[in-house]
Amino acid sequence: MTMELRSGVPDGPIEQKWDRYRNEMKLVNPANKRRHTVLVVGSGLAGASAAASLAELGYQVKCFCFQDSPRRAHSIAAQGGINAAKNYQNDGDSVWRLFYDTVKGGDFRSREANVYRLAQLSVNIIDQCVAQGVPFAREYGGLLANRSFGGAQVSRTFYARGQTGQQLLLGAYQALERGVGTGRLTMHPRTEMLDLVLVNGVARGIVTRNLVTGVVESHAADAVVLATGGYGNVFYLSTNAKGSNCTAIWRAYKRGAAFANPCFTQIHPTCIPQSGEHQSKLTLMSESLRNDGRVWVPKKAGDDRPPNQIPPTERDYYLERKYPSFGNLSPRDIASRAAKEVCDAGLGVGPNGLGVYLDFADAIARLGEQTIRERYGNLFEMYERITDENPYRVPMRIYPAVHYTMGGLWVDYSLMSTVPGLHVAGEANYSDHGANRLGASALMQGLADGYFVIPYTISNYLASNRLDPVDASHPAFREAEVAVAARTRRLLAIDGKRTVDSFHRELGKVMWNDCGMARNEAGLQRALAKIPEIRAEFWRNVNVPGSDAELNQALEKAGRVADFLELGELICRDALQRTESCGAHFREESQTPDGEALRDDAHFAYVSAWMYQGDDTPPRLEKEPLSFESVHLAQRSYK
Amino acid sequence: MKFRLKVWRQAGPDATGAFASYEARDIGADMSFLEMIDVVNEGLIEQGQAPIAFDHDCREGICGSCSMMINGCAHGPEKGTATCQLFMRHFTDGQEICVEPWRAKAFPVIKDLVVDRSAFDRIIAAGGFITAPTGGARDANSILVAKTAADNAMDAAACIGCGACVAACPNASASLFAGAKISHLGLLPQGQPERDRRVLAMVEQMDVEGFGACTWHGECHEACPKEISLDTIARMNHDYARAVWRREE
Repeated sequence: MTMELRSGVPDGPIEQKWDRYRNEMKLVNPANKRRHTVLVVGSGLAGASAAASLAELGYQVKCFCFQDSPRRAHSIAAQGGINAAKNYQNDGDSVWRLFYDTVKGGDFRSREANVYRLAQLSVNIIDQCVAQGVPFAREYGGLLANRSFGGAQVSRTFYARGQTGQQLLLGAYQALERGVGTGRLTMHPRTEMLDLVLVNGVARGIVTRNLVTGVVESHAADAVVLATGGYGNVFYLSTNAKGSNCTAIWRAYKRGAAFANPCFTQIHPTCIPQSGEHQSKLTLMSESLRNDGRVWVPKKAGDDRPPNQIPPTERDYYLERKYPSFGNLSPRDIASRAAKEVCDAGLGVGPNGLGVYLDFADAIARLGEQTIRERYGNLFEMYERITDENPYRVPMRIYPAVHYTMGGLWVDYSLMSTVPGLHVAGEANYSDHGANRLGASALMQGLADGYFVIPYTISNYLASNRLDPVDASHPAFREAEVAVAARTRRLLAIDGKRTVDSFHRELGKVMWNDCGMARNEAGLQRALAKIPEIRAEFWRNVNVPGSDAELNQALEKAGRVADFLELGELICRDALQRTESCGAHFREESQTPDGEALRDDAHFAYVSAWMYQGDDTPPRLEKEPLSFESVHLAQRSYK
Repeated sequence: MKFRLKVWRQAGPDATGAFASYEARDIGADMSFLEMIDVVNEGLIEQGQAPIAFDHDCREGICGSCSMMINGCAHGPEKGTATCQLFMRHFTDGQEICVEPWRAKAFPVIKDLVVDRSAFDRIIAAGGFITAPTGGARDANSILVAKTAADNAMDAAACIGCGACVAACPNASASLFAGAKISHLGLLPQGQPERDRRVLAMVEQMDVEGFGACTWHGECHEACPKEISLDTIARMNHDYARAVWRREE
């Protein structure tokens, strides 16, 4: 059986589609709004902004996060900035150009109507955040300052030092806490969603576990929004927070939500290289550093002179050489692959040869140390704290690391998944970044979804559908609660020999080696054979100490890793079927003569959407064809 | 490297806690303090014992989850550093390290090193915001903000809400936390209409939560991983006095 993936994109010129949606949507009467309950899972940029905005409209909102406070969601760690087509710099920017850059940056694998809306809403986000008191960087005259990011030739990135994500999240968090004060919003911290509940095929609530007491609880509602972030931690080592996980979207997938483009995973070019086996995570160095830092490696393999003793003529500034028009600001996928290429050729620097230099010496000579300190001071401090090296004196060493996942639950134009009533926002959905996300676009998407899309589309959904009253005593909730409790007991009863982390590391190595920056058929087949073996051993031999009636961090991790062990297989399956290269998905079999990603539009201009068919049956692949009416499909070039 | 750890273990909020001793072996100088605890925990699990519970998430010093008293100092001995960004190279091989949870009446222990900091959220809910409902904002550049005001607001807004200020304070005062938010919003033109209301509500909520008063020890600033300035407390006190005075007029 096949199903049609209806995108629900309104007719008409691309510039008018969102206006048309808003003009034609149905509205909920103000007096009726308080009769509707909406659940928002996740409190990052997308979740907090959606929860706050829905509560302002008058809905009863319950918001959930696994952290001890909504302010700790991992959006907080985003450093560099947020894009908006304000054209405050008078440098030729426009909504159209931001739209085009994002579609091209995503290597023509996103839905153009969604991306156009994102570019339109970008300008409203900056207005909203400034009104909330987000302390963006300013010029002396009091106007907002901008900087440049990869993949763009205009300066459209707004920033708050190296803590833009923190400041935007705190803005949304404060709006959310204001909602708590009004009584229309209830916050449930230290609470993890463990199942989605459907009644008559429609999403009507979730089952959660209270992470302090272990109590399993049902929450009924009229609509559910998942804003639970990405799944980069399937690789074990990534720039994600330790708690970032796929559990909410994975359980929703197993309840019928299609999972789109799982193999589109982004490797960020500028991270601090791994220092040892016990490393628990990788730390990003903002892409904004590439505004002033120059990337290079020695021309000669095995050149172990200190960097400042290698004369300029013996250095290969490979990004500037290969991509003269974008240079050090080439998009992430391209810069990452170029770094891998030079390291594979034996030119890498640092103890294990997995690193390249990001050098500020020229910028310091040109602008002075003080200017560099003002622009990147906190990033330089962080680098020094971690590596014990002073980047004002010696070049930084960087290497690519898993960072962001463009894939996620499939959504239509209204951000609703294939399960009616289940909406998905931010990194958790697949919608706007295609096969590669440009820098400073994640914050933009999270806030566009949460502040400006979800509040409209949820209203339209609630006004268009007659929903029978359902409460948590419905048998569907009982059944889900029983299943959740049984799975927890099963994890605790295995009493094996290996820790959860040891399985997670093992999975991560397989994913990184065979489904990382470059992929090929043999490697993917190897991973597809190996992952089920790791999973089987996990369920036979994992050791989860403690009980289910207490704060049990090993148990939390075990549940998340069990889901990663299933998702990892789906990622490899998706990577195997897509024999083209596009964006961050680089299939070695499909490259141009000079080693760039070679798309195959004739066969792969579609979104892959995987449908769960049961634990023992392979998932079914559905395809949403991508048609490009407004942009011309072109081989992406940054040369 | 190896270390002798003395760690506070407490099974639950109402349980009696005690110190337990552990050996941390094969620790690399480039490992973070939390990675050192990870190694100890892996060993405990392999021996069938309960791992040490501790809050952590981003591990890059920005989420504010991690929260440990290390040898009596909130976040340990390095200035301007959260526990997750503290590296073992700053300790000497064989050293004894004492690890405790934040201790404050308003931060009750949940388990081991994990405490309940939801009081901070309630202080923000009381008034730590600018009322700017989604949708009504005017063009961002129509509000001019002097660069110095934006920079000073950003200095205060850098607070990560970890609670080290409270843990370090002899009075368990939350003044640096509240003062940072009051300064951030009060320094900006957008924050003016609610400035009096904000400071009154937030200070009242601090009292309700059981935080102590500020008596200018300055320990909070010394412990703060973001080195938030004591000026923020001065601004809070100034705004509070002015708001009370204006209210009574």
